[in-house]
Formats: sequence, C-alpha cells, structure tokens
Amino acid sequence: MTTIAELPAGFADKVLSAQTTFRSVMEAMARPGSVQRVIASVDTPPHLMRGTAAIALTLFDHDTPVWLDSMLAETTEVKMWLKFHSGAPVISDASVASFALVSEGAALPQLDCFAFGSNEYPDRSTTVILQVDSLMHGPQYELSGPGIDGRAILQASFKPNDLFERLAINVALFPRGIDVVLVADDAIVAIPRTTRCVGYGG
Amino acid sequence: MNAPAYNFAYLDEQTKRMIRRAILKAIAIPGYQVPFASREMPMPYGWGTGGVQVTAAILGPDDTLKVIDQGSDDTTNAISIRKFFEKTAGVAATTSTLDATVIQTRHRIPEATLHAGQVLVYQVPIPEPLRFLEPRETETRRMHALGEYGLMHVKLYEDIARFGHIATAYAYPVKVNERYVMDPSPTPKFDNPKMDNCAALQLFGAGREKRIYAVPPYTKVVSLDFEDHPFSRYRFDAPCALCGSEDSYLDEIVTDDKGGRMFVCSDTDHCESRQAQGHRGTESAAPHKEARHG
Repeated sequence: MTTIAELPAGFADKVLSAQTTFRSVMEAMARPGSVQRVIASVDTPPHLMRGTAAIALTLFDHDTPVWLDSMLAETTEVKMWLKFHSGAPVISDASVASFALVSEGAALPQLDCFAFGSNEYPDRSTTVILQVDSLMHGPQYELSGPGIDGRAILQASFKPNDLFERLAINVALFPRGIDVVLVADDAIVAIPRTTRCVGYGG
Repeated sequence: MNAPAYNFAYLDEQTKRMIRRAILKAIAIPGYQVPFASREMPMPYGWGTGGVQVTAAILGPDDTLKVIDQGSDDTTNAISIRKFFEKTAGVAATTSTLDATVIQTRHRIPEATLHAGQVLVYQVPIPEPLRFLEPRETETRRMHALGEYGLMHVKLYEDIARFGHIATAYAYPVKVNERYVMDPSPTPKFDNPKMDNCAALQLFGAGREKRIYAVPPYTKVVSLDFEDHPFSRYRFDAPCALCGSEDSYLDEIVTDDKGGRMFVCSDTDHCESRQAQGHRGTESAAPHKEARHG
C-alpha cells in the first residue's frame, strides 16, 4: 500500500507551473493541430505522462468529476495521486465527467458515453485527455476550423486509428460535442469540437 | 510583514482553475457565453472586473501587459488596472501595442494589426446581445441554442425603418463562425472588421454578468447586415489633428464654448508612434514650441 508520503510530488511551484501549463493548453486549444509543450516539471504516477499529470494538476479540482480508463482505474496509486493533489472525484459514470483520462488510445470507449453538454449549455461536456504514441512522427492529418489559418498539418501516431472519424459526430452535434487533448510525453495538441479533419496524407 | 497577503495576480488558485476551464470551453465553442463563478474584485463592477479576472487567470511573470480604455493608455481605468497587475503580478507593462503579449481593453481594438503571440482581453458590461430585446435569460439561452436570431435582424430593420440606415454605432452584433451571435462589447462598429480572421486570440470577460466568451484566432466574424443595407464602418470625416492619420478611429474633443473642436486618434499609442515617425497634423505643436516647454 502506497502511503501519501510515497506519492509522486505535484508541481514544485504550483502557481507558476499551473500558469505555464494552462497557457500551453490555451494556446493548443486556440490553435488546433499546433504542438505545444508543457515545460513544468512534475513527477508522474504510473501510466500518466508528464503532460497529462501537469494538465491534471492545472485544471482538476473538487468541481470536476474525472473518469479514468480501466487501466488507470485499476491503479490505486493514480487514484490516490489524483485525490491527494487535486481532490477531484473519480467517477465510473462517464456521462457526467468533466474530464476523461485515457492512458492508452485502444481503451477509448465510444464517444457517446461521455457528456456532450446540452444545446443550452454546450460547455457542460467532457474534455477527453488522450495519451498517444507521438505528436511528431506518423501519418499526416490535415485540419481546418477556427484557430487555424487555412490548413494545419498534424503529424501524429495515435490509437484509435479512426479517432477523427469518431470525432465527426462533432459536426452534427455542434454546439454540443467533445473536446480532445492529445498528449505525448510533454507535447500536447488540442482538437476542439470545431476542428475538422479534411485530409489524410503520408 | 513583508510577504504579500495575496496570491500571484491576486486571484487564488482555485478561482484561476475555474476561470481557466471556462476559457478553454469558450475557445472550443466560439461566441458562446460560458457561465463562470465571477468573484468580487477590489474595484467596482463596470471597471472591468470580468476582464481583470480573465487577465489574472492567464497572466504569467514573462508577459508584457498593455491596458487601454477607449484606446487610451492614460485614462484612470487603464492606469489603475495596469498598476493593479504591476503590483500583484510584477509583470512588465507597456503602452506599445506591438510589444504587449496581453492587452486588456475597454471598448476599443488597437489600430495596429495584432499578431499571433498576443491575447486581447475585452471588458464586457452586457455580454448578451439579445438582452435588450428579450430580458429573460431562459429565453435568450434557448434562442442561442436554436440559432434563432430573427429578433436581432428585426432590431436592425427597425433602425432602417426609423433612421434610413442601421443606426447601431457601437456594440454592433456579430456572428462568430457562422453560429453564435455575439456582442463584441461596446466597441465602435469601426472596430468590428478587425475581429474577423484576427491572428490574436480574443477573450471576453463580463464580471457582473458572470460570463466568459472567446473568438479563437483566424475565425470568421461577420457583422450582421442586410444585402441592401450592408455593414459600413463609421469615422469622423477628418484627419487626426495631431498625427494627420486619415484611417484611424477619432475622438471629438470640444476645445471652447464657441463650437471649436478637434479630432484626434482614439488610439494614443497609434497616434504617438505616428508622431514619432514624423507625421504631423494641423494642431501639432511646432518643434520650437515643444523645445520651450522642455
């Protein structure tokens, strides 16, 4: 049994680390497809990447129910770490989650199990934080939408392979929808609900 | 007691997290007003408590902050907010539009073209563009949900019926990303075209009304109009009396009680940088006069 003293530490400087991490996430969300870096150093519990852990410490608190994929949910240390550092309730019902942490793309459930928000309150939706293999190498995806000057090229390797096909539900649902943050180590890319994948290459 | 009694940038971390989450949703849903738990700030409502909270949530020690009030860096509101963040966050302040990374504004968009590294934070009094047409929040919320904006077009049409043209001169409604009708805050409609396809991120904070909304960079922002009454900008038909600018937004300044007046740029930084480049207007002090004052 891990004691609290043995848990990985949070941010060394929680004010400024949270600020720089937020700015990276904000920049990622404002410029979909662009790769942003999390510069804050953070010790991570098992299965969580640096970027994921930093985002959790920056955005999670007692107001944000968090859903974990099965691997994370079965790892006591992750749940203890989240509870100790953020106080966020870990829930098993994804449809009321503010955030979903998915440690491995293959474990991403069907998107309709998450909250899409309502037409009156589309902001009451789940933000999915999805850990991927790489945001530097892999197939190319051509993106367009608000925040993108014409077209943006995202070169990434992730599972599930059909992520963008699944995210096509955002077209019909808008303004309801799912926002996704892809994380590979300290690199993050956001795919908000307005972003469309308009082409595949290499 | 030397330790400051407040957190970096004044707000506590829990409040910042809540505001930051609202900002992310606002960016993801361009033009939609995200409710947030606005805090009491050490300044009254109407002084920019919404903008200040947004700025406090994004600001870091490496940022350079510019604050303008009606285009001016030198008015009471701008100076007090700038000092507030110099004191509570220790950030560098500037009056230069190009050097700033975060620009908080009350009712103007700077004349200089904003670039990708910048965030423009608007102070918003009434975020709901439909509020004066439909006072019930439940109804305006449903109208946004359904994209039902006929009432706004009726309002603009009534302008035409009464005055012969769309007489709305400020807080001129825009449609963002072909979905949400949004109040650009009480900026003159002269500034509306600058919001369209802007390279900078635009964030809007309304403290009393507890709403945050956003326009991501490179997003389509269209001023509502009619085919036979297209949107048009308005500026006084005069050059700036200090820098001679023919294309900047002008303030009218009454100079005496005999009808005397002059027109000067509302954007003080724009005007001063033009004067520094040698541009002169009709009321510019002659060089020898300036030397005598010095």
